[in-house]
Amino acid sequence: MCLSIPSKVVELDLERNVAIVDTMGVKREAGLELMEEGDVKIGDYVLLHIGFIMNKIDEEDALESLKVYNEILEKLDEEERRQLVEEDDNCPNRGA
Amino acid sequence: MAELQLKDLYDGFRNPEVIQGFAKLINEESKKLSRPINIMEVCGGHTHSIMKFGLPQLLPDNINFVHGPGCPVCIMPKERIDHAYILAELDDTILVTLGDMIKVPGSRGSLQDARAKGADVRFVYSPLDTLKIAQENPDKKVIFFAIGFETTTPMTTSLIDIVLKRGIKNIYFHINHVTVPEVMVELIDSRDEHVDSYNNRIDAFLGPSHVSVITGSKIYEKFPRDYGRPVVVAGFEPVDVMEAILMIVRQFNERRCELEVEYKRLVSYEGNLKAQALINHYFEKASLFKWRGLGNVSDSGYKLRPEFADINAEKIYADILPREEIEDHKLCICGDILRGMAKPNECTIFGTTCKPNTPLGSCMVSSEGACAAYYKYGNILQG
Repeated sequence: MCLSIPSKVVELDLERNVAIVDTMGVKREAGLELMEEGDVKIGDYVLLHIGFIMNKIDEEDALESLKVYNEILEKLDEEERRQLVEEDDNCPNRGA
Repeated sequence: MAELQLKDLYDGFRNPEVIQGFAKLINEESKKLSRPINIMEVCGGHTHSIMKFGLPQLLPDNINFVHGPGCPVCIMPKERIDHAYILAELDDTILVTLGDMIKVPGSRGSLQDARAKGADVRFVYSPLDTLKIAQENPDKKVIFFAIGFETTTPMTTSLIDIVLKRGIKNIYFHINHVTVPEVMVELIDSRDEHVDSYNNRIDAFLGPSHVSVITGSKIYEKFPRDYGRPVVVAGFEPVDVMEAILMIVRQFNERRCELEVEYKRLVSYEGNLKAQALINHYFEKASLFKWRGLGNVSDSGYKLRPEFADINAEKIYADILPREEIEDHKLCICGDILRGMAKPNECTIFGTTCKPNTPLGSCMVSSEGACAAYYKYGNILQG
């Protein structure tokens, strides 16, 4: 019921108070009634819900989160590598 | 800063490697927990994505999900669905509602049944579609049956705004919007009353995603402050949910009890102020709203302010809309399931008379309710 869809603004029709947004290739109209005047610009990422734009997606925050996730992966990969090396060191039949 | 691509907003937050990464961190962190913790995800959207991505299987045994009331469709009491049914049956009306309402059964059947018997019922994607329907049927009274949490409420008030500003005469409203904080309090209180063991207490909340985009995270402040329950507002994607769980477990281990926002890319403390102003202009809180399965929850529903009585279908058609409450099926224990006093498989009609295509209780009606989730993924959960 509450599922909403990230989309990108590709066109603005301020007369009809509507934005044209691209949702992974599908173009559709979205009402701007819930957004402040002039707040939405072409190229913005927005959240779409039942025909309205609910909010702009904060790009810095999105990129920040994705960066943190990559750091977590790298740290876990490193730990895994360290563990593998450790296991390898204490391998009983090492040098057998 | 690298250029953000649209697909990053999907793939980046569904990346299986990152989900596994968080699962590892959660498993580490959960070893320090002094006791098992129950996390309630209030919104059915979370229940859906938790089940769909099999997150319970990635979590240690001492972290449990306790399913919330599902979604604003499945908690709709029968008497209000009967209102929609009766309004649709009138020969000079067209009932318009969102698609989620199709199969929800009232005491006379669902809106799908009403339509099958010739009633003019239209299921739309957006409330704005109502404008075209009204324009094309000037001689009909078009009644928009409004449903949904705070997520969907401002869209209804935008439609009202347009209808009044353009002086459209044949659109009326039957308002059934419900709000989240009041039902969270009800669930805490009712479970604390019945707490015999840790297994049904709510220890923390996974805050809803898109409700919070509208309301801001400010509406959850009282839960850490007055109820000692941390709240982490999370996005719907699996990575969001896992990150939010890690944040909750860390709060327990660090003896913190706070409101945090994981879904920072969309949720602020204040929320969408324009949407909130639009809601408050046309709506006020009804003294109570009856939630199917849970019963009356005070201040948890909206109604049109008195000055807009001339577009209020509940007032205009008051004489033909029944008031008396209709009880749920007597064997249905959805109320206990919502209160954490029973699991779906303990219900005698679960999976036999009560199934997704013949739902009797609120937890089975919505694909996001606890019973619907157990029916679909039950064998995996036992496994």
